[in-house]
Amino acid sequence: MITFAGVTKRYPDGTVAVDRLDLQIPTGQITVLVGPSGCGKTTTLRMINRMVDPTEGTVAIDGRDVRDIDPPTLRRGIGYVIQQAGLFPHRTIVDNIATVPFLLGHDKRKARERARELMDRVGLDRSLADRYPAQLSGGQQQRVGVARALAADPPIMLMDEPFSAVDPIVRAGLQEEFLRLQAELEKTIVFVTHDIDEAVRLGHRIAVFAVGGTLAQYATPDELLSEPADDFVRDFLGGSRGIRRLRFFQELDAEEAGAGTDEATVAADR
Amino acid sequence: MSPLTAVLASEAEPLIRWDWIERNLGDDIAEALREHLILSFTPVLLGLVVALPLGIACARWRRVYPAVLAATSVLYAVPAIALFVVLVAFTGLTYSTVIIPLAAYTLSVLVPSVVDGLHSVPAHVRQAAVAMGFGPLRRLVRVELPLAIPVVMAGLRVATVSNISLVSVGSLIGIGGLGELFTTGLKRDFPTPIVVGIVAIIALALVSDMLLLLIQRLLTPWERAGSGGRKARRAQEKTLVTAGGER
Repeated sequence: MITFAGVTKRYPDGTVAVDRLDLQIPTGQITVLVGPSGCGKTTTLRMINRMVDPTEGTVAIDGRDVRDIDPPTLRRGIGYVIQQAGLFPHRTIVDNIATVPFLLGHDKRKARERARELMDRVGLDRSLADRYPAQLSGGQQQRVGVARALAADPPIMLMDEPFSAVDPIVRAGLQEEFLRLQAELEKTIVFVTHDIDEAVRLGHRIAVFAVGGTLAQYATPDELLSEPADDFVRDFLGGSRGIRRLRFFQELDAEEAGAGTDEATVAADR
Repeated sequence: MSPLTAVLASEAEPLIRWDWIERNLGDDIAEALREHLILSFTPVLLGLVVALPLGIACARWRRVYPAVLAATSVLYAVPAIALFVVLVAFTGLTYSTVIIPLAAYTLSVLVPSVVDGLHSVPAHVRQAAVAMGFGPLRRLVRVELPLAIPVVMAGLRVATVSNISLVSVGSLIGIGGLGELFTTGLKRDFPTPIVVGIVAIIALALVSDMLLLLIQRLLTPWERAGSGGRKARRAQEKTLVTAGGER
């Protein structure tokens, strides 16, 4: 369980990125932080591994204040995946994946062997192991990013818009595999996105943030869609409802077209 | 017409006398070449030793950078001969008198190349390193410096080639490597040593540049892997070459 209690992040210039946040993130589930840009969702994520420290309030993992843990040690125990994958261009794929085990001083040969196993797990061909990141496609790089975050088997994974830099078809594939992987691993995942469809698709729980760093609603996807807490949440969901409606109409059109041919067939039979 | 051009133009004295080259190759020319190598490479190494910590500091504390840049540029603007004359009072007629000013000159190319090299590390890569749990020192040594190599090496190549040509100025105080051949030729109105000196210096510059390029390739195998990286590196080299080509 990750607990935010009265957390505020104020920058020296006076900007408030996160405003008095209370949030409980359950163990073993996917919690999605969603909202427009500038709503403090990434700042919230980064307060978990101390890439940002709160101005007020506490962030605790299983009851332990993260401020009591030295940042590098804390971070080695938390997987992190970012948008452009952030792979190290000068290291081979297998060494990128084994980054954290290397930092922890694990045996190099074993760490590389485990990295190769992880490649299978995230759907990467082992023949890519000795290539450099620049030789991989965007989708492949993102898989390496996920494998790297998993390498030291951390109980918590932070994912900051991990699938938004790839095209929609690749994204759908990555999301599907991510859900399959999570069903096996049951990590505590905190997932940041600005895409409400992705949030609804992946999240067990969704935290909707509003501009100014306040939490607008924290609920399961069902609750969120059936009972939006206020106009802001309704508007934010609105975009995605529109798209669904469009799809619905397209399906209707297709059915009508199908019905038309049936009539034609019937007419021909006569 | 000056005496030298008269000699160069005259029928009696050929531009190159092969017998002179043959007689002096083993002794004078080889010795001049050895001296030239020491006088051009030592300052680059010294310069790198100073530029690395200085550049790292400038990349970290950006407010320091303009001051350091101004200082190295002023140093670069001081004529070599003036520095030699000042230094002779302290170090006498030794290699140090030539090496110290040349090392100082390299800073105006090497410090910016270290800073630019560190700034060329993509922000998301640096952030990923922080998030993985690299401490500041490990991040610098294992991630940032290796990724800065292409830009730093481009600076090293400019500094080296520029130094190889600058060393000859040392012949004004009698320590000039292959530059000594110029003074010999001028004093005796004898063109052969001058031609030998020019050809040797150009050849040395070309060979050194190719060697450094080879070292760079060996140090950065990932650069050849991607297509995007190589283009970016070439662009950076171009800017550095134009910046360093002034002198």
